[in-house]
Amino acid sequence: MSLSGKAAIAGIGATEFSKESGRSELQLSVEAVQHALADCGLTPADVDGFTTFTMDTSSEIAVARELGCGELRFFSRINFGGGGACATVQQAAMAVATGVADCVVAYRGFNERSGSRFGQFSVAAATQVNTNGLDNAWTYPMGLGTPAATVAMQARRYMHEYGASSEDFGRVAVADRRHAATNPAAFFYERPITLEDHQASRMIVDPLHLLDCCQESDGAVALVVVSAERARDLAQRPAYVSAAAQGSGVDQFVMTSYYRDDIGIPEMGVVGRELWRQSGLGPDDVQMAILYDHFTPYVLMQLEELGFCGRGEAPGFVADGAIEIGGRLPLNTHGGQLGEAYIHGMNGIAEAVRQVRGTSVNPVDDVQHVLVTAGTGVPTSGLVLSA
Amino acid sequence: MVEVRAERASKPQVIRPMIGRDSQFFWDGTAVGELRIQRCNACGDLRFPPGPACPVCHALDRGHVVAAGTGTVFSYVVHRHPPVPGKELPIVIALIDLDEGVRMVGEVVDVGDDEIEIGMPLRVDWNRVDDELTLPIWRRA
Repeated sequence: MSLSGKAAIAGIGATEFSKESGRSELQLSVEAVQHALADCGLTPADVDGFTTFTMDTSSEIAVARELGCGELRFFSRINFGGGGACATVQQAAMAVATGVADCVVAYRGFNERSGSRFGQFSVAAATQVNTNGLDNAWTYPMGLGTPAATVAMQARRYMHEYGASSEDFGRVAVADRRHAATNPAAFFYERPITLEDHQASRMIVDPLHLLDCCQESDGAVALVVVSAERARDLAQRPAYVSAAAQGSGVDQFVMTSYYRDDIGIPEMGVVGRELWRQSGLGPDDVQMAILYDHFTPYVLMQLEELGFCGRGEAPGFVADGAIEIGGRLPLNTHGGQLGEAYIHGMNGIAEAVRQVRGTSVNPVDDVQHVLVTAGTGVPTSGLVLSA
Repeated sequence: MVEVRAERASKPQVIRPMIGRDSQFFWDGTAVGELRIQRCNACGDLRFPPGPACPVCHALDRGHVVAAGTGTVFSYVVHRHPPVPGKELPIVIALIDLDEGVRMVGEVVDVGDDEIEIGMPLRVDWNRVDDELTLPIWRRA
């Protein structure tokens, strides 16, 4: 029994991406779901399942109420922040593949710039009454409590072990912003940067510069998942789910796992091996990838964990424009979360669907398979979407 | 330590750790100037952070040892933005490999942001925030 090829993303929808949406997080999610259903020619009456992030403030039933949906047969949530992005599609795919539901919508909506800003030091994360809060007791009181700082700790060690430089990280930002510059939906539309801009941007947490860090954004994205058979009868070319995986490593912590001998991101290796196993594909079979880019160093580390290059070889891999449009492995053609918006990885999944359809504003030639990943430094997930 | 106490006392908003039954012994230790590492009473495995069960031998019988309080920098950051509750920025925070073989996160004080480096030897000291909370901090050994 295999999940591969059983389900497809049939519809995608989003709000505008801004710094001040001016409306509730629930309204943002409702609008995104409405757009996603219209995209594929379905209506709220067709939806019988929802899935989102544990962190989302709008419950499945609240979204269903506003949309005027009927009875729901499936609802679920995924833990661990942005690591849940691709796992929402996995949940939806498993539900429709097994007949537990017929049409499941994955959504994520927030005012993450005008409301609660994830880039700030989160007292709420440190004081949650569960094992995640207990895990954070070993970092937050010591002053380590922003996403940038937790990632910088790994980035510094990566530089030490493999000789990577800040410029190597900067090449990810330059690629993202180049792609965003030609994407009208991107917040940084028509605002590319150079490596010199990256190096000149202020230090946030050494060794991370401002331009190593993604945006904070307001907005929402929704994805409609149905069976492969049903998707073929709908309005858009289906993006088939060739693989959908979650991954947690040995001695895993929420953010981040510092107590292993090697403090890298082996949880993404778990995801990668499972994606290749399920799909029967390998790194040479995907024409492009959407790699979660809340912070640039993790894009390099992901390339290694996913098998695109060997350990410590990512700095060479990303040199010479290899990850830009026209390069060997174009990444984040929507501009990524540094360039388009930070919608917790869900906007990257939507871009992968557009590439499969051939409707991206930055199209890659002859896309058959796209790899997409979710948040790094946390238990995470990934997808292979196929034409 | 006296200066540290005075400096921090004016910043009561320092983040307080969530403490549960499985971690209480660690914070009881910091209050009396002991850096405690969980030790499995069955197999002797040392473990940080602590938890109720031994991942090696699966025993639920745990005690602790008191660390020597010395270690070396495995990695570090210099936090400049955004604000951190109870801290004057920038601060240096390190992953410290203790001589006993476990690793923990700690603020490094009195070491400049241009002096800190991987491999630097450190020793533990104590930041007595108030009567309920004492945090381990680290200084150049």
